[in-house]
Amino acid sequence: MRYISLYLIGLIFGTGISVSGMANPAKVLNFFDVAGTWDPSLAFVMGGAVIVTFLGYRFVLKRPMPMMEERFHLPTSRVIDTRLLGGSAVFGIGWGIAGFCPGGALPALGTGSLAVFIFVGAAIAGILLARTITAARTPRALTA
Amino acid sequence: METAFTPWQSLGGGALIGLAAVLLMGLHGRIFGATGILTGLIAPASKSDFSWRAVLLLGMVSGPLLVLAISGSFPAVDVPVSNLMLVLGGLLVGVGVTFSAGCTSGHGVCGLARLSPRSLASVLTFMAATAVTVYIIRHVIGG
Repeated sequence: MRYISLYLIGLIFGTGISVSGMANPAKVLNFFDVAGTWDPSLAFVMGGAVIVTFLGYRFVLKRPMPMMEERFHLPTSRVIDTRLLGGSAVFGIGWGIAGFCPGGALPALGTGSLAVFIFVGAAIAGILLARTITAARTPRALTA
Repeated sequence: METAFTPWQSLGGGALIGLAAVLLMGLHGRIFGATGILTGLIAPASKSDFSWRAVLLLGMVSGPLLVLAISGSFPAVDVPVSNLMLVLGGLLVGVGVTFSAGCTSGHGVCGLARLSPRSLASVLTFMAATAVTVYIIRHVIGG
C-alpha cells in the first residue's frame, strides 16, 4: 500500500512536469531569456505549484503525523551561509548552461531521450564529486 | 529557438506538481525534492531510505509514458545545447545542489510553500545566476 501510494505520487509529479514544460530545456531557457525569445510559461508552473503546496501544507501539517509514517521529516536548518548561496549560484549556472534541473530531468528520463541521460549522468558525477570534496574537508554528513 | 507561451498547460502542470508535494507530505511526511531523491539513491543512508525514493522515481519516470498513452505523443524535450554543455551543466548542477541541499522542487516549491527564508535565499540566488548565465551565453558570447 505504501509503495503503491509512493508510485502514484511520483506519477502525478512526473505527469505535472511533462505537461508544464519543465522537462523541455528549450522552454526553460527561454523563460530566462527576457532579452531574446522570452517565454513566461515557467512563472505559471512555479506559481501553480507553490500556491497548491502552500494551501495543502497548511492543511496536512496541522495533523499530528503523516497518514503512512510516524512523523514529518522537515528540514531543521535555518542557516543562510556561503555554502547555501554558493551552492545555489553554481546550480543556477549549471541550469542556465544545460537547461535541465533535477526535477525536470528525472521524469524526462521516461522519454528515453539520450540528452536527458547525458545530463543526469553528469549530475550524478557532480554530486559524487561534491560529496568526495566535502568528505575530505569536513567529517560531518551532508543533509541533502 | 522560439517556444509557444502555454499559460494554462503550465499552470495545470504546476498544480499537479504541487498536488504531488502535498500528498508526499500528508501521507509520507517527506519534502518532495528531486535533489534529495537523487542523492538518496546514489548514497543511501539505509535500505529503507533507498526503497521509498526508488519507487517514487519509478513513478516520476512513468509520467511521460502516461502523457504518451493519453495524448499519443511524448512531452517535448527540445535540447538547444551541445552534449558538451549538457555534461558541463550537469556537473555544475550536481555540485551546486549538493551544497545548497535543494533545487527547484525542494527549495523552489516545498521551501517557498513553507515560507522558509533559507529556501527564498536559495531560489533568488539560483534564479539570478541562471538568468545571468543565459544572458551571457546567448547575448554576450553568442552575440
